[in-house]
Amino acid sequence: MPLLKNNAFVTDDWVHVDDDAALPYAARFTVSFERLVRDWDSFAKHTSVVGVRLSNTTKAADLAPYISKLALIVVPFPAFADGRAYSIARALRLDGYQSELRGTGNVLPDQMQFMRQVGIDSFEVSERFPLEAWQRASRQMSLAYQRGLYRPVGEREVWSERHQGFVAWEEQPHAG
Amino acid sequence: MYRYDEFDHQFVKERTAQFRDQASRRLSGDLSEEEFRPLRLMNGLYLQLHAYMLRVAIPYGTLSSRQMNQLAMIADKYDRGYGHFTTRQNIQYNWIKLEDTADILQALADVEMHAIQTSGNCIRNVTTDHWAGAAADELADPRPVGELIRQWSSLHPEFSYLPRKFKIAITGAPNDRAAVKVHDIGMRLHKNDKGENGWEVMVGGGQGRTPMIAVTVREFLPEREIIPYLEAIMRVYNLYGRRDNKYKARIKILVHEIGAEKFRAEVEAEYARHPSQTTEVEERELARIAKYFAVPNFEKLSKFVPAFESAKQSDHDFARWVRNNTAAHRVDGYTIVNISLKATGEIAGDATGEQMRVMADLAAQYSFDELRVSHAQNIVLAHVKLADVHAVWKKLQQHGLAEANYGLTGDIIACPGMDYCSLATARSIPISQAISRKFADIKRQEEIGPIKINISGCINACGHHHVGHIGILGLDKKGEEFYQITLGGSSSENASIGTILGPGFAGHEVPDAIETILNTYLQLRNEGEEFLHAYRRVGAKPFKEALYATA
Repeated sequence: MPLLKNNAFVTDDWVHVDDDAALPYAARFTVSFERLVRDWDSFAKHTSVVGVRLSNTTKAADLAPYISKLALIVVPFPAFADGRAYSIARALRLDGYQSELRGTGNVLPDQMQFMRQVGIDSFEVSERFPLEAWQRASRQMSLAYQRGLYRPVGEREVWSERHQGFVAWEEQPHAG
Repeated sequence: MYRYDEFDHQFVKERTAQFRDQASRRLSGDLSEEEFRPLRLMNGLYLQLHAYMLRVAIPYGTLSSRQMNQLAMIADKYDRGYGHFTTRQNIQYNWIKLEDTADILQALADVEMHAIQTSGNCIRNVTTDHWAGAAADELADPRPVGELIRQWSSLHPEFSYLPRKFKIAITGAPNDRAAVKVHDIGMRLHKNDKGENGWEVMVGGGQGRTPMIAVTVREFLPEREIIPYLEAIMRVYNLYGRRDNKYKARIKILVHEIGAEKFRAEVEAEYARHPSQTTEVEERELARIAKYFAVPNFEKLSKFVPAFESAKQSDHDFARWVRNNTAAHRVDGYTIVNISLKATGEIAGDATGEQMRVMADLAAQYSFDELRVSHAQNIVLAHVKLADVHAVWKKLQQHGLAEANYGLTGDIIACPGMDYCSLATARSIPISQAISRKFADIKRQEEIGPIKINISGCINACGHHHVGHIGILGLDKKGEEFYQITLGGSSSENASIGTILGPGFAGHEVPDAIETILNTYLQLRNEGEEFLHAYRRVGAKPFKEALYATA
């Protein structure tokens, strides 16, 4: 399955390890959230190369102890209409997670822009669509009203643009 | 009213181009119907029994004359000369060709309109009081907040694939005309001791097959916190709302299953966990929007207008229409004109292109260029001078728009039912027409007084039968249509869900059953007691006895 990152197909060098399988030697790996919790102490020395695969019922808050040490979090879209992972991704980013956040499962060109806006920055995608379809889909809307979301170059937030250079409340002189 | 700036224009333009591309991929066969379906639904395009149906958003039910004229043009050019105003303050066109849809969306964009999120499992068009900005009892015009929510919810990346559709209604008045307690989120404006505006936030109301009244999650939410707080509610719903069964997927089921207390705690925890960035931008945006809803330039007028009074005295039909179809305005010398789209025997909420143009012209000439669509499927001219009311009525009369039944027996809410809708289990339109004909005598309707009769053609309750004083629900029993009657529903500030009276009726029996119920009411009511109050006093028993005694 191709991995799409920064509008290009790249090689996925992560090893996805089952719950009972041995950890790979000298490779970046992901485990399930259950195993992450179970074996965390033994992972601690690998922190720069550990990632986790979430289910779409994992609570973002439960990842709080780990997020600063994880290098990859994978969130699933079991069906295109199942939008839980949008909120999980957004919550992880709001909680301060800064490394790679990957979407997997039913990731389609027409949904990709939304996924990127909530902070997902790599995508396991189907081979069915050529790169051109992904690139075209990612630049259909250049404007969004919501604030505080991820905006690649060329995408603008309407409210922020309208009120550019506003003076924060604390800094305003008293009106009398 | 709100006007697009360069950003809003650009946004809708890009969206229209995106849909044009998707529709052409469908027409060329690059997209299958299955792949196209979620994309068209995000743009309000349904495939119905006979044709495509396009639902156009009328944000918070407000539109200009220019916009109404464009809706008329679309009705004439792309449909069969009419459109259908819905209970969500929108308009639907029932006979649309797929190859025309991109051009229609372009025509809408030209007048600052769109069909974004009029379907799909996303946040739908925000609805509000159709008398907003005019009603005598209003604290403040709720539409700036409506516009703020419209913008924030448009193509929201986090909340476009919710468990189910999501409807928000807001009101700025204590007398609730927006049915906020039967919406996924309802918000009511009120003031605190310091005179500041704040909103009571209610969650988990709804109709459909599991009708519920919303519970309050916040008594007083400061206006600047609306957007971040709504995000917290939406996030809790998106994460925990049920997805295993579409009939249990609305937020009301989540609130019901985990309990109001737990739900409230989840929302507050979510809200506290991600303290929003500063809200200065939202405050500034709301202030910017509010300028568009500045109070119109009302003249200083007398409450007493001799020409108006004498017109009422000399023309009883006019006097009756004024009595029933106008409402108190906040400014002396003005009134709110409610145009009934419920002419006897016609289809509730339908208007022809010509009727739309007539109403648009009247708004331009007499009502600050603005019209409203009400959730009861009528049209409102919110600011008409008393001195102009007679001229308005004359014009309406010439075009079949002067029915004096606003709020009365003939003012029935009805969904399109099996005549158009692929979900329906029974017809609604013919039932509503038959009741309307039976009670065509306007004097009799006045004698009965204020009443809301609501008809749905299936359990999904688009005709709001649960909250009708008399609700009628069309079902299918072994291939036969039959109709269940409920009494005592209300969508007002004292909201309630109607109670099923007893066994259902065949379609042709329904008008007689309604007559029996109304006659029973006339016999037992106290002086000046409205139907709903009488029902709440005496309960279902006398109505049951009257209906089923001879059966």
